[in-house]
Amino acid sequence: MTEGTPINAVGPHPHGSRSARAPLGLRTPLTLFEKLWRRHLVVPGTDEHPPVVYIDLHLIHEVTSPQAFSELEARGLPVRRPERTAATMDHSTPTVLDEKGRPRFFNRETEDQVSTLRRNCEKFGIPLYALGDARQGIVHVIGPELGLTRPGMTIVCGDSHTSTHGAFGAWAFGIGTTEVGHVLATQCLLQSKPKTFEVRVDGKLGPGVTAKDLILAIIRKIGVDGGVGHVIEYTGSAIETLSMEERMTVANMSIEGGARAGLIAPDETTFQYLEGRPHSPQGEDWDNAVSDWKSLPTDPGASFDRTASLDASTFEPMITYGTNPGMSVGIGEAIPANANEKALRYMGVNAGERLLGKPVDVVFIGSCTNSRMSDLRLAASVMKGRRVAKGVRALVVPGSQEVKRLASAEGLDRIFLEAGAEWREPGCSMCIAMNGDQLSPGELAISTSNRNFEGRQGKGGRTILASPLTAAAAAVTGKITDARTLLE
Amino acid sequence: MKPIRTVTSKTVVLPVDNVDTDQIIPARFLTITTKEGLGENLFADWRRAPDFVLNRAEAKGAQVLVAGENFGCGSSREHAPWALVGFGFRAVVSRSIADIFKGNAVKNGLVPVEVPDDVHRALLDHPGWVVTVDLEKKVLVLPDGREVGFPIDGFARHCLLHGIDPLDFLREQEEKIRAYEASA
Repeated sequence: MTEGTPINAVGPHPHGSRSARAPLGLRTPLTLFEKLWRRHLVVPGTDEHPPVVYIDLHLIHEVTSPQAFSELEARGLPVRRPERTAATMDHSTPTVLDEKGRPRFFNRETEDQVSTLRRNCEKFGIPLYALGDARQGIVHVIGPELGLTRPGMTIVCGDSHTSTHGAFGAWAFGIGTTEVGHVLATQCLLQSKPKTFEVRVDGKLGPGVTAKDLILAIIRKIGVDGGVGHVIEYTGSAIETLSMEERMTVANMSIEGGARAGLIAPDETTFQYLEGRPHSPQGEDWDNAVSDWKSLPTDPGASFDRTASLDASTFEPMITYGTNPGMSVGIGEAIPANANEKALRYMGVNAGERLLGKPVDVVFIGSCTNSRMSDLRLAASVMKGRRVAKGVRALVVPGSQEVKRLASAEGLDRIFLEAGAEWREPGCSMCIAMNGDQLSPGELAISTSNRNFEGRQGKGGRTILASPLTAAAAAVTGKITDARTLLE
Repeated sequence: MKPIRTVTSKTVVLPVDNVDTDQIIPARFLTITTKEGLGENLFADWRRAPDFVLNRAEAKGAQVLVAGENFGCGSSREHAPWALVGFGFRAVVSRSIADIFKGNAVKNGLVPVEVPDDVHRALLDHPGWVVTVDLEKKVLVLPDGREVGFPIDGFARHCLLHGIDPLDFLREQEEKIRAYEASA
């Protein structure tokens, strides 16, 4: 199969017949997760082995797949369901082009990795959205964009931010390379059943407070290991009123709270987003799919293993001060007195300090967390008619070719370029810093990505995580700024 | 994979909580297409400090890493256990270990050992203790002979003990997978 072949064989509602249907009134109330689990159980667990679950959609990219393909080759195995697999190139790909418009690779290794993926996809018949294809982009941006991601599915990828797809009511989680091999070979995984964790957020977000601030506030509350062993379901009015793109930002960072997967119940917002996407079902299939998806949300009275609740109206724009996503404060708040010393030392900040006004070197707007149209619109709303501050390097990296196209059609590219920011080709870029887009030692970045781990954006680099609004405000002022002071 | 029954070794102690996989193996080393050679870049950035624990003489030959809680959080990169095993580790002991890392570890002959808080603290306080991870009995044996039970998925343990590749098991389910697909 050549690159870019459409994936048609992933059914609109793959296992609709498996939903628990019993006479009304007798049915045990089930959570969304329990329904997804039951639909995908191929072999129940025994004392001898964990349950075997079916994977509807397997997304792959160049960095975590080569060793899995080598394993298949060593065993002489085919890919069992290539049509349930989709590949793209994003992690180590360049975001700059040479004078002839070709990707300018950072080094030989990254170029080899990309050609290895191309070869593997050709050999095993896997649809590939390659560099140069109008559908290429960050794997967690293009899955939803193409309508490959749909409610009720199981979705895996050798990437921990696979949790993003949970925004659609799909059970989506990151796996290691050995498991990538398992799914390629059998379309199944051995999975112990996780526990469920309801994170309920009611109340209304204030002006200038975004989905990114909401998830950072959640992680601050539950901790970076709060969700270990659990699948989170985000519920409550503050979640229900989010757009699909905002929901993706929330579900994306479930893993930063320790949960491999985060779910949001599908509703009209979900259906509207998916209708008419390239791989979305059409006509009667669409109607059937929607009616099946409507049966997915958690039943009234269903119970979770754990719950936490938060009030969105109390949230402020959030920024991190330390070296994990749980180390955050409201933008005007002081760093806590009991903050981790090693983290403060690395970041060059002090307990009790307020970060407002702190100069930044680099602004990164992009990543699977915040690189979609609504994110770019937020950033542009601040940068429009302003200039990137002197001495600040600002990168805007759209999540996909499609986002890039839409943003250009809307004139966002010009707003960024006229402000003096760099407008790049799509990819993971400086979120993982494998492609040459990276911080220099000691540089301080404000970034819309998901991880502020030591050196994550480049050896010795320091990262403050924030929303696109807050990042854009820092770009034009050159320092940590409350974007609300710049908004009309 | 070679079967593992017991690992007896002195410990190396890394008393840091929430060690993420970006620290274990920074992303710039993920450009390889094989599993080999990652051991030399284990904790590459932290090892630039000459007194970092893995740079010290006492770390040589140690097969058991004792680390702070929530070890292995963050990225799903299996390069993390590949690097730890490449360096020579056969077990990681903590109060808690992140989900994806734990799943990746057992597939590469690295035993994740989660112990109660008091035992964890004792281990953190005593670098170099010689301990035994007994996978058969699912216990960690401390220097005083005390046996501390640890949880491990039964199937993962079975695979580690007998050097079984779980892919073989999954492939044996082919008939059931087909039946499932037909009914869907």
